[in-house]
Amino acid sequence: MIQINDLSKKYKGADDFSVRNLDLTIAEGEIFGLLGPNGAGKTTLISMLSSLLKPTSGSFTIDGLNYKEHKNQLKQLIGIVPQEYALYPSLTAYENLVYFGSMYGLKGQSLKNDINSHLETMGLSKFAHKKIKAFSGGMKRRINLISSILHKPKVLFLDEPTVGVDVQSKNVIMAYLKELNTLGTTIIYTSHHLNEAEQFCTRVGIIDHGTLVGLGKPKELIAQEENAEHLEDVFLAKTGKALRDHA
Amino acid sequence: MHKLWASTYKEFLLVTRDIGGLAVLFLMPLLLVIVITTIQDNSFKSVKETKLPILLVDLDKGKVSEDILKSLADSKLFQVDMAATDEEAKAQVLKGDYQLAIVIPKNLSSELEIKINENVDGILSKFSDNEESIPEPKSIVKPREVKLYFDPATQQSFKSSVRSNIDKMISKIETETIYKAFQEQLTDDPSEKIFETEQFITFTEIVPSKHEKALIPNSTQHNIPAWTLFAIFFIILPLAINMVKEKNQGTFVRLRTNPVSYATVLGGKTIVFLGVSLVQFALMLAVGIFLFPLIGLPKLDVTGRLPLLFVVAFFAGLAAVGLGLLLGTIAKTQEQSAPFGATFVVILAAIGGVWVPVFAMPKFMQLLSNLSPMNWGLSAFYDVFLRNATFIELIPEISLLLGFFVITTLIAIIYNERKNAV
Repeated sequence: MIQINDLSKKYKGADDFSVRNLDLTIAEGEIFGLLGPNGAGKTTLISMLSSLLKPTSGSFTIDGLNYKEHKNQLKQLIGIVPQEYALYPSLTAYENLVYFGSMYGLKGQSLKNDINSHLETMGLSKFAHKKIKAFSGGMKRRINLISSILHKPKVLFLDEPTVGVDVQSKNVIMAYLKELNTLGTTIIYTSHHLNEAEQFCTRVGIIDHGTLVGLGKPKELIAQEENAEHLEDVFLAKTGKALRDHA
Repeated sequence: MHKLWASTYKEFLLVTRDIGGLAVLFLMPLLLVIVITTIQDNSFKSVKETKLPILLVDLDKGKVSEDILKSLADSKLFQVDMAATDEEAKAQVLKGDYQLAIVIPKNLSSELEIKINENVDGILSKFSDNEESIPEPKSIVKPREVKLYFDPATQQSFKSSVRSNIDKMISKIETETIYKAFQEQLTDDPSEKIFETEQFITFTEIVPSKHEKALIPNSTQHNIPAWTLFAIFFIILPLAINMVKEKNQGTFVRLRTNPVSYATVLGGKTIVFLGVSLVQFALMLAVGIFLFPLIGLPKLDVTGRLPLLFVVAFFAGLAAVGLGLLLGTIAKTQEQSAPFGATFVVILAAIGGVWVPVFAMPKFMQLLSNLSPMNWGLSAFYDVFLRNATFIELIPEISLLLGFFVITTLIAIIYNERKNAV
C-alpha cells in the first residue's frame, strides 16, 4: 500500500536531516505504529506522506500513486488526523463535519447520513449541534477523527490521536480505529503510548534521528531484545535513556 | 462549485457568529463618518454658525480701526472682543483663550490720511498749470504695521487665511481713503460723486455640472465617499485575522491535506467579505440619507446615482478583499497582521487623498497617490457624487480596482503554492 524509497528531509537552516534515507513498505490493512522519541522524525515522515511537506530527496507511492504526479488523487485516498484539533471552534460539530466533508466533494443526504452514523458511533449525537468551543478535549479528538474519515480513506494517518484525552474517550477512539481497520483501512499512527501501540499495532517501526532503528511485529521485537518484556523495553534499548529536549 | 459554496457558507457562519467583530465592522465606520462629518461640516457651510472669538486692541480710535471693526463684524466669521493693551492681548492669546489678536497701532488713521494726502498732492501738482508751484515739504510718516498675534497651536492654513482677509480689509480702507483725498482736492461739493468706489471685479462661485441640476458640494457629499472607502479598506484587518486564526487553529493545515484548491478557499472568503463591505456601504449611505438630516448635517443626495455608487463600492470592496487575502496569506501571527494592516490602510488613505486632497500634496506624494487603490476608489466616488459620471466614465477607475484585486489575489495564491510546495 505504501512504498517509501530512500526518503530524506532536511529543513532549511537545520544542521541535520529529520528523516534520513528511509526505506519502508507498509502493506494494505496494516495498523502500523510509528514510534520514536521527541524530534525523532515521526511527524516529519507523516507530513511528507500526507502532502504537507516536500521531501528533500527520495520518493514514495501510496496505492501505486506517486506523490509528485498524482497529488490530488492521493489527497482523496488518504485521511489525516493531525495532532492539533484542526476544527473551527465557533462552528458546531455538525457544521465542521459538513464543511470538511464538502472539501472531499461529499454532499447531500449521503453526507448527512454518514455524519450522523459516525456521531452515533462516537457517542456524540446529542452534541452534534453544539459549538466545538464548548467540547472537552476527548470530544474534540473524536470530532477530529470523524472529520478525517468521512470520505472513507484507504489510508489513515494519525498523529498522536489519543494525546490529552481521558480513558473513556481513548477506548472509544481505539475501538473505532480497529473497526475501520477491519473494514479495510490501512492505519499509520504515531504515539508515545507504547502500551497502547503494543496492543493496537500489527507492526511497529521505531524511528530515531530520522532512521528506522527497529521494525517488526511488537511481539517479535520484544522477543528479539534481551531482557525485554514490553515494547517500552525495546524502545529504550533502541533509542537510549538520554533526554531528548529540543528548542 | 460545491466546494466554493461550502467555503462561502462556512465563512458566512464564522463572520456572523462573531457578534463583537460584526459590531466593530459595522458600527465603528458609522461612528467615524458621523464624527468626521460633524467636525468638517462648518468648513463647507457658506455661512458659519459658529464664530471664531478674536481680540482687537484699538490704539488708533480712528476711522481705520472703525472700518476694520465693521469689516470684521460684516464678515460674520468672528466674534470680536476688545482688549485694552497690546500686552493683555498677547497674554490671552498665549494662554490659548483666543486664536488671534489684532493690534491696531496708535494714530494709524491720522497718519494714513497724512500719507495719502501727501501722495495725492504730489500727483496733482504734476498736473498743475503753475509749473513753478513748489510742493510742500513731505512730513516724515513711517510705514505702520498692524500686529497679528496667533495662538502657537494655530494651523498655518488658518493663519494664511486670516492674514489674507486682514490684508484685503486694509487695502480696501487705503483705497477708499485715496479716493476720498482725490475727491476733496478735485471738488468742493462733498455730495458730488466723482469716483465709483464699488468693487469692479467680483467673483461668483459656480460648480460645473453636466446636467441642469447644479451640485452644491457639502461635507456629507465629501465625507461619505472618503470615509466609506476608508471603512471598506479596513476590512483587510478582520479578513487577515480570520486567515491567521485558521493557521493557528490547524484548520488551514487540514485544508491543505484536502483536495481543494487555495483559490477555492480564497473564493469563499472573497464572496463573504465583499458582501460585508457592501452592507457596510449601504449602512453608510443610509446614515447619510436618513440620520444626517436628523442631527443637523446635510442630507446625502444619491438621487439617480445609487446603482453606480454600488458599482464603485463593489470594485473598491474587491480591491480591499484582495489586499486582505494577500496580508492573511503572508502573515503568520495576529501580531504581524493587525498592526501592519491598520497602519497600511492609514497610509493608503493618506496618500489616497482621504484626509488631504491630492492636489494639495507635494509633487512626489501626488505621483505616489496614483498607486493607492483608495485614490482610484475616491476618485470614482467623487465622479459619481459630484460630477454625475456615467458607467463608461468610471471604467478606468474600476478597472484599476479590479486589476488590483486580481494581482493581489494571484500573488497570494502563488506565494502560498511556493511556500507550501510539495
